[in-house]
Amino acid sequence: MSNKEKYDNVFIECFGVTSDVLNEKFIYQCVPTWDSVGHMGMIAALEDAFGIMMETDDIIDFGSYTIGIEKLRKYGVDVLA
Amino acid sequence: MIDVAPYGLEQNAKLEYLLAELNRLSRLHYDHCVHYRRLLDALHNGSAAAGTLDAVPYLPVRLFKHHELLSVPQQDIVKTMTSSGTGEHGVSKIFLDRFTASLQMKVLASIMSSFIGKQRLPMLVIDTPSTTANRQKFSARAAGILGFTMFGRDVTYALDDAMKLDLDKIAAFLTRHDGEDILIFGFTSLVWEHMIQALGPEGLKLPLSRAILLHGGGWKRLLSLAVSKEEFKSRLFGCTGITRVHNYYGMVEQTGSIFMECEHGHLHSSSFSEVIIRDPIDFRACDVGERGLIQLLSLIPHSYPGHSLLSEDIGEVTGIDDCPCGRRGKTFIVHGRVKNSEARGCSDTIPR
Repeated sequence: MSNKEKYDNVFIECFGVTSDVLNEKFIYQCVPTWDSVGHMGMIAALEDAFGIMMETDDIIDFGSYTIGIEKLRKYGVDVLA
Repeated sequence: MIDVAPYGLEQNAKLEYLLAELNRLSRLHYDHCVHYRRLLDALHNGSAAAGTLDAVPYLPVRLFKHHELLSVPQQDIVKTMTSSGTGEHGVSKIFLDRFTASLQMKVLASIMSSFIGKQRLPMLVIDTPSTTANRQKFSARAAGILGFTMFGRDVTYALDDAMKLDLDKIAAFLTRHDGEDILIFGFTSLVWEHMIQALGPEGLKLPLSRAILLHGGGWKRLLSLAVSKEEFKSRLFGCTGITRVHNYYGMVEQTGSIFMECEHGHLHSSSFSEVIIRDPIDFRACDVGERGLIQLLSLIPHSYPGHSLLSEDIGEVTGIDDCPCGRRGKTFIVHGRVKNSEARGCSDTIPR
């Protein structure tokens, strides 16, 4: 599985959405499942999927599907590779 | 605003910074919240900027129980927080827009970093998972837990649905994190009743000497049981070995800008908050060491006029910029609640 597939799967499974909505408009609280509970569930799933541990500041700044791609770069994960 | 170190400002610089920001917030709410504007027009000097911090207008915290106060259009509200339902006079409703909700987390993260560092720690929550199950409507208790889970990883709830310690689950958690520092979070009365007292009678001990306990939500129930802070700490140490304990003080109306208790037992205001003690008779600002009503100031509330609130708690200022822990700012202690006010601690919400 590519990093992009792993990344998308976390969103699809955590928020119950389909892959066609995953773009720069997919932001925190844009669907009911992406609330503060869903947010921490997604972070945990991303950490498991990529074997990383994120800092609190990055979790707070992780405000959209697109911003998340940037944040993961800091941990050596290139989602778009 | 978040770039300021949480405990780095010398008092005069802090006052100048807070005054400018609080005047900006008063003006913002005056312009966008009709109830707030009416109050200021009737009771204060309208929208005129305050010249000193203690001249910043304040609202009684009770007002949020009687009125829905907001300073942004209803459609911008992304979350509504409520205080506990124990009060006889209804429930506070606090309306958050995206900006205010995000500010809450950023300020909390800044404050917490001074106490636990930037790393997330394995986290044990002294509560049951069902507390946070209703995602549509967050109680203050649920919001508190969820806010703090940002600082944890492998977040594990230590109580089962019957509010009993799940010893097998805790043992498995401790095995997974052998040799690591861990973070424990819980509301004061729950930690007392469902951890300390639950372990007590059978002489059970949990090996938690590497843990940092963070607890808050009021001492009201413990005061009614005549449990002092000293007894709380010594009993806690006896059954868990925990020495690093931080109480925090705050209210749901100013979620995020909490006042943390340092290693020397003082509650600290941060660069994003301040306390003023007011004489309960004439409401003048009190000096260090004088008891009075606690007024709380916070730079967080942008979507509702909650930046300056008079609580129903009694406290006293213990010092300014002089705490031996090295953190700057005003320190204070809380003595309890005004008689005849409501018991409204957010952890005291289990029906008896």
